[in-house]
Amino acid sequence: MQNELLTIQHLTTSFKIEDHYYAAVDEVSLSVKPNEVVAIVGESGSGKSALAFSIMGLHARAKSEGSIAFEGYNLNSLGPNELNKLRGKHIGMIFQDPLSALNPLMTVGDQIQEALILHQPNMSKKERKRKVIELLNSVGILQPDVIASSYPHELSGGMRQRIVISIAIANEPKLLIADEPTTALDATIQLQILDLIRKLKDDIGAGIILITHDIGVVAEMADRVAVMYGGQIVEIADIHTLLSDPRHPYTRSLLRSIPSADTPKTKLYSIQGVVPSLKHLPRQGCRFRFRIPWIGESSHEENPQMHELSPGHFVRCTCYQNFWFPGEEDIQNGAS
Amino acid sequence: MGKTITRRFGIMVPQIILLSILVFLLAKQMPGDALTGLLDPSVDPAVIESQREKLGLNNPWHIQYWDWITKAIQGDFGQSFRFKMPVLDLIGERISNTVWLSLATLILTYLIAIPLGITSGRYNDTLSDRLITGYTYLGFAAPLFIFALLMLWLFGFKIGWFPTSGSVTPGLEPGTLAFVISKMYHLLLPATSMALITTVTTVQLLRSEIIDIKHRDFIHTARAKGASESRIYNRHILRNALLPIAAFFGYELTGLIGGTIFIESIFSYPGMGELFFSSILLRDFSVMITIILLYGIASILGALVSDLILGLIDPRIRIK
Amino acid sequence: MALLDIKDLKVHFYGRSGLLSRKKKPFKAVDGISFCIEEGQTYGLVGESGSGKTTTGRAIIGLNPLTSGNITFNGRDLTMERRRGKITFDRNIGMIFQDPYSSLNPKKRVLDIVAEPLRNFERLSPKKELAKVQQLLAQVGISADSIYKYPHEFSGGQRQRIGIARAIALKPKLIIADEPVSALDLSVQAQVLNFMKDIQKELNLSYLFISHDLGIIKHMCDQIGIMYRGRYVEQGSSDELFSNPQHIYTKRLLSAIPVKEPAEREKRAREREAIAEEFQTSYHRYFDQEGLAYPLQHIAGTHYAAAQGTGGR
Repeated sequence: MQNELLTIQHLTTSFKIEDHYYAAVDEVSLSVKPNEVVAIVGESGSGKSALAFSIMGLHARAKSEGSIAFEGYNLNSLGPNELNKLRGKHIGMIFQDPLSALNPLMTVGDQIQEALILHQPNMSKKERKRKVIELLNSVGILQPDVIASSYPHELSGGMRQRIVISIAIANEPKLLIADEPTTALDATIQLQILDLIRKLKDDIGAGIILITHDIGVVAEMADRVAVMYGGQIVEIADIHTLLSDPRHPYTRSLLRSIPSADTPKTKLYSIQGVVPSLKHLPRQGCRFRFRIPWIGESSHEENPQMHELSPGHFVRCTCYQNFWFPGEEDIQNGAS
Repeated sequence: MGKTITRRFGIMVPQIILLSILVFLLAKQMPGDALTGLLDPSVDPAVIESQREKLGLNNPWHIQYWDWITKAIQGDFGQSFRFKMPVLDLIGERISNTVWLSLATLILTYLIAIPLGITSGRYNDTLSDRLITGYTYLGFAAPLFIFALLMLWLFGFKIGWFPTSGSVTPGLEPGTLAFVISKMYHLLLPATSMALITTVTTVQLLRSEIIDIKHRDFIHTARAKGASESRIYNRHILRNALLPIAAFFGYELTGLIGGTIFIESIFSYPGMGELFFSSILLRDFSVMITIILLYGIASILGALVSDLILGLIDPRIRIK
Repeated sequence: MALLDIKDLKVHFYGRSGLLSRKKKPFKAVDGISFCIEEGQTYGLVGESGSGKTTTGRAIIGLNPLTSGNITFNGRDLTMERRRGKITFDRNIGMIFQDPYSSLNPKKRVLDIVAEPLRNFERLSPKKELAKVQQLLAQVGISADSIYKYPHEFSGGQRQRIGIARAIALKPKLIIADEPVSALDLSVQAQVLNFMKDIQKELNLSYLFISHDLGIIKHMCDQIGIMYRGRYVEQGSSDELFSNPQHIYTKRLLSAIPVKEPAEREKRAREREAIAEEFQTSYHRYFDQEGLAYPLQHIAGTHYAAAQGTGGR
C-alpha cells in the first residue's frame, strides 16, 4: 500500500445560523494518495465546497471537528501561522471563477510572485522573476513576459485560470485542491485546463482533490470518486466501479438525469423534491429518503453506515439493496 | 495620460462658459441691482437712471454678460460695492484662509475615517464596530451648523480652549513662527467640527467596502497562498477598499464648499464662505457672482481630480 | 411558412464615440446569419462565449437593435421595429433567462412577477388576473398559495419555473430560452428540461434554445446552428450535425464533450489530438484571413457548412 498523503477522519464543519450550529460537512472521512485524483461530486448544498474550504482552513466563522492529517500535521488544530506555512507551499488551491479569484489591482506577475515571496523568502528578485516566467511557460502561456505584466481584466477566462493554476503550483505543492476549476469556462477551454491539470499532476506528482458537479469532468479526470449528499459521503469507489456499477440511489439518480449526446430523446429522469437547505436537512436516518419516498422506510438504516461492497467501494445506508426507479418496478420484482 | 488630461480640460471650457452664463442670469434675476444699495434714497431718480445708463445696466443681458466676461477673463471682476475695492483683491485676501481650512478639514476627515473605517470593517459586529457605527449614525443625524455651534459654545466659550473668531491673532507679523502657529490654532476648532461630521460618510463607505471585499474570492486566493492576516489587509483589501474613497474625493471637495460657508459664518472665520454669505445678504453682486463661479470651477476640477486618481490606481480604467 | 424567419441578421456594436474621440471599428457581434424556426419545433443555437448566440436572441426579442437583415415572425415583418432600437416587445415572443436568481425582481411577489406581462398587454380585472396567475402557476407546478411569496423563498428550479410561468403568460408562440438551465443543478436541470418539453406539446410552442452544452442541445433540439465569432460555421438537424460534422470547429466542439467511460480516455485523447492537428494544418480551409467562417454551403438535406470555395462575402 502506498502511503496516504492526506487522511481526513470524521471531519465535521458547522456554520452558525440563528444561534445554532448546522453541519455542512458531516463526519466525512476520506484519503488521498500522492499522484491520485479524487473527485468529490455533488450538487449545490452537498457540502463539497465546504469540505474543500475546511481542508484549506478558509472558513472564517465555522466550527470544525475531526482530524485532517497531512505531512504529520493535523490541519484542523494548527494555529494561523503554522497553517500559513503549509498553505501555498505544500497545498495549493484552484478556484471556480478565475476572474474573481485574482486581485483586480495587481499584475498577474506580482500575484504569482507573492506565492514565492511568502514561502521562498531567500529567493532574489531576479530569480523570482525568472521563476514566474518559467511557471507561466509551464501552464502553457505563450508570451510569459507580456502576460506577467498585465492585469486580470486584460486576459481571457482560460488565461486567467492558467494564472490561478500557476499560483497554486508555484511552490510545487504535494496536494492540489481544485474547486470547480472549469465550471466558468467554455467547453474547448475546459478541455485545455483539464489537460493542463493532468499534465502538472504527472510532473510534480501531486495528489488532487477535484470538486465538481460535472460527471463528465469526473469521467475525464478522476481515479476515485466520492459522491456527497447533505454533507455526507454517500458512495465512494474507483471511477470504473462508480460509473459502471453505481449503487447508492442518489448516485444512480444523478447519473440517470444527465442529458447526453448519446442518449435518445426520451424524458430525462429527475429526482423528486429539492436539496434541503442546511437548516432543514434531516439529521436522523437516511438523508436521501425524502427524495425517494416510494422506497419503504424499512429499507433504510436507522443510523446509516458505510457498507463495503467490494474493496474500496463503500455505500451509505442499506436502501441501495431495495432501490428501483419508478416505472421499473416490474423488472425489479421479477429480478428479486 | 497627457492626452486625456488635455481632452478633459477641453471639455471643461464649454462647461465653465455654460456655468458662467447661468450664474450671470441667476444673479440678474435677483430683485434689485448694484445701485439699489449704493445710492442714497434721497437722490433724484433721474440721476440713478443716468447712472444705470452709464454703467450699462439697461443694456440687453447678452451685452452685459459679454462686458462682464471679457473683463473677467482679463482678471477684472469689478468692484465690491460693500468694501469699495476690486473683487479680485478682496477674494485674494480670503481665499488662502478657505484653502487652509479646507485642507485641514480634508486631512482630519481622512485621519478620522481611515482608522475608524478599517477597524469597523475588519472587526465587524464586535463592540468597537458597534461604537463606530453608532458614531456615524449620530454624525448623519446631527446637522453641521448645530453641531458647529455646540462645539463653538463648548470649546470656545465655556472651556475657552480655542479662539471664537478670526483666522489669526491681530498684531502678529506675517511670516513669523508665531503667526503660523496662531493661524493653525485658529483653524483647529472649525476644521475639527466640520471633519467630525463630514467624515461619517467616508467611515461608512470604507466599512462596507472592507466587509464586501474580505468575502471576495481573491482574498481566498491570498489566504490559500499562505498570506498572513496583516498582509491580506495591507496588500489586498485596503487598496481595493480605498478605490471608491478616491473616486469620492471630488464630491468631498464639493461638500467642503458647502461646509465652509456654514463653518466660516459660525466661527466668524474670514474666508470665502463667510464673504459669500454676507455678500448675498447685502446684494454685493460682483463678489457673489465671482465666488459662485470659483466654486463651480472648483467642483468641476474636483470631478476631474477624482477621475485622474481613479485612473492612476485602478488598472481597469487605465487612462491612455 | 416558418414561424420565425431570420435573414442575414447583423448586429454590430459601435464603440463609444466621445465628443472629441474618433469613431472606432464596429464590433460585429452577429455578422450575417440566417435561419428559420417551424411551429412546434426547437431550434438550438450553440456557441462559446463571444460567439453572438445571446445577442441573436436579444435582437429577435428587441433588446439589441439590428444593424441589418430581416426578421419575419408569425407572418409579420418585424425588421423596421427592431431596427429603430426601440424596445417593442411582441406578445407572441416570450423569454426565459439564464439566471433564475437575478431575472426575478426580489422585491416583487410572485403574483406581480407573473402578472407583469398580463398587466402590460391585457387589462384584466384583479379577480381575473389572480385566477389567471394561479392557473399559470399550477401549469408550471408551483402551488397556488405561493403567489404572495417573494423569489428568495424558492429554490433555483422553482424560480426558473416562475420565470417560465411569466414567459408563457400571454400564450406566446415562440420562447427564446437563453441558457435556461446552466445555472441549475443536474437534478433540477432535468426537471426544467422535461417541463419545457411538456409545455411545448401542450401549447404548441417553438423554442429558440441557446446553450453551450451539446448534450442538452442534442436532447432538446430538432435543428441546430453552430456559431463562431458572429457567423454560422454549420447548420443542420441534430442527426446531421452529431453524426456527420463537417466544419473543424464543430468537430472540435464535439470532441470536447467529456467521455462517458474512463476507459475511453485514451481513445478520445487520440481523437482530440487528431482534430487539433487538423485544425492547425487545414485552418485556411475553414477560416478566412480574419479568422472568420466562410459563407455556408449546402451539404445535404438541411445540412450546411462553412468552407472555402465561394470566397469571402
